[in-house]
Amino acid sequence: MTDISMNKSAPVAKGRQIPDRLTSGWKRGLKSWEALLLVVAVAIFIFNSFASPYFLDPWSLSDASFNFTEKAMIAFAMALLIIAGDIDLSVASIMALVSTVMGVAMGLGASTPVLVFLGLGTGLLCGAFNGVLVAGMGLPSIVVTIGTMSLFRGISYIVLGDGAFTGYPADFAFFGQGYVWWVITFELVLFALFAVLFGLLLHGTSFGRMVYAIGNNATAARFSGIRVNRVRFILFLLTGVMSAIAAICLTSRLGSTRPSIAQGFELEVVTMVVLGGVSILGGSGSIPGVVLAALIMGLLTFGLGLLNVPGIVMSIIIGALLIGVIALPRLWKMVRR
Amino acid sequence: MSAFLKSREAILALAILVLLAVVASRFPGFVRPGSLANVLTDTSPLIILALGQMVVILTKCIDLSMAATLALCGMVAGLLNMAGLPLPLILLAVVVLGAVLGAINGLLVWKLGIPSIVVTLGTMTIYRGTIFLLTKGQWINAHQMSDGFKAFPRAVFLGLPVMAWIMIAIVIAAWVLVNRTPLGRAFYAVGGNPHAAVYTGISVGKTQFWAFTLSGALAGLVGYLWVARYAVAYVDIASGFELDIVAACVIGGIAIAGGAGSVAGAVMGAIFLGIVKNALPVAGISPFAQMAISGTAILIAIAFNARGQGPKGRIILKQAEHKSPEARA
Repeated sequence: MTDISMNKSAPVAKGRQIPDRLTSGWKRGLKSWEALLLVVAVAIFIFNSFASPYFLDPWSLSDASFNFTEKAMIAFAMALLIIAGDIDLSVASIMALVSTVMGVAMGLGASTPVLVFLGLGTGLLCGAFNGVLVAGMGLPSIVVTIGTMSLFRGISYIVLGDGAFTGYPADFAFFGQGYVWWVITFELVLFALFAVLFGLLLHGTSFGRMVYAIGNNATAARFSGIRVNRVRFILFLLTGVMSAIAAICLTSRLGSTRPSIAQGFELEVVTMVVLGGVSILGGSGSIPGVVLAALIMGLLTFGLGLLNVPGIVMSIIIGALLIGVIALPRLWKMVRR
Repeated sequence: MSAFLKSREAILALAILVLLAVVASRFPGFVRPGSLANVLTDTSPLIILALGQMVVILTKCIDLSMAATLALCGMVAGLLNMAGLPLPLILLAVVVLGAVLGAINGLLVWKLGIPSIVVTLGTMTIYRGTIFLLTKGQWINAHQMSDGFKAFPRAVFLGLPVMAWIMIAIVIAAWVLVNRTPLGRAFYAVGGNPHAAVYTGISVGKTQFWAFTLSGALAGLVGYLWVARYAVAYVDIASGFELDIVAACVIGGIAIAGGAGSVAGAVMGAIFLGIVKNALPVAGISPFAQMAISGTAILIAIAFNARGQGPKGRIILKQAEHKSPEARA
């Protein structure tokens, strides 16, 4: 990311500590952030099933998955972006613009395939716009995406004002409301599919290694022959497309478009990524961590919802979670020292 | 260097004059002194907040929680007013509360070394959610506020409302703080080169802590001004305003990488946005276009700022790229 993120409290360079011998595989696995997340997820699951009799029902769990599937799809792409040292705060606004474009096309009588095509195209263009400004012109991603955050949603407001688009075609409803098999929703299948795809991309390909390399040291990455700006541009494209897919699902699920659609999603997506163990300074993190973080946030908001906790109180808890997950390990280190 | 900075502010002043001329050519009434004074008063909250944000950005941080701090302090001002507290005590209370909320951000950045964007994204929702916890989502309306509470920012003194005078006093105070005190120099030192700042005996974290405390205190003060002027307080006041504040700073030439920027720049950046916002309804442009226009203004401003600074690292790399084939040949 930009220099804003480089707030290390003591700017005296210490260098990374390199241990003489690596601990064995399973020991490292037990101590990892992902293991901790898994414990937390199971704990929340058990707590919820005792707290509310309605929790342990396949259908209500299936409904609960909507709490995280759309955000998690963006979070996968955002994880790669943050690992590479950038950030995109405009994802929720891309969703609003994608939804608005589809609404306009629907008004002109477009069929479902055309709507999806236009939606994906809009997401791609938004991502390319961010990418050109950040990777092409070398502007800091945080300010660029704060700017495009108001620009993209602003266009939706110009088009829609205080109105709304409703009346999407019946077959368009499948993306957000359809079931593939029994309680398994289409969105859940997409979520699982993208989890595997992004996991393979980040952990199994040379592209994934490039992403880590850029996040750790962009200059060194450039000197080792990685086309840094091209990779960063591709990551912005990817984030734009994933936002578009999330927007298609959300629009289909709600069946309507308002300019305020998906407002505040960027915060939850970033929280999901950071909770998943991705360093906000770039260079480290994993997709399994993000998947677990998505499950935790989904289960938590669903459980709180069953307990009649209002939405704004949930957002307090998510904000506290975001700060807490980063603060606690650091506090722990300070206490032990 | 100072001449370069001066020229940037000159460009901004020119841009404001051009903007005014364009608006005036179609709507001469807009540039009457009385109308301009209204624009200035309208923009006062943004100017004060931009100064707070400027100090934070100077130290390589960003404060996205300012609008939420404003809203929380504004609500507390309204509640204290309903409880019958006298105005001076309310003013003191909101400034102290704002400073405490800012200090919480500052402590998290200083003591735990958490990136400021993460801290303030989190506290942004926490502070705003706290308003809901305080009020259960209820509004405080005009008839529930005392007359003195509502009248103070509007009271006219020497031809300008008190709100504008408060803004002018804060601009002067900010100029003195930034240009004439050790803390002010520390803000620039920390943002310009943190390593060098440490070697000259300046604590980076502590300086950032004071920057956040200051921005919180200013947001708290504006919270009262906002609620008293619009005579209403609810959970969502000034929602999304944090982006306008950052926009004002970016337009004012405050480098987002820290260490560069001036009080005059921040003030003019805010005034530029203020004129745009006030001119839109006059020109008959839908208020819904405002958001897109601020976004475009931010993008143009950063593109313009970056052109002046130039990314040094990339230029070196390009030279290395060009040289290497020759070296081999």
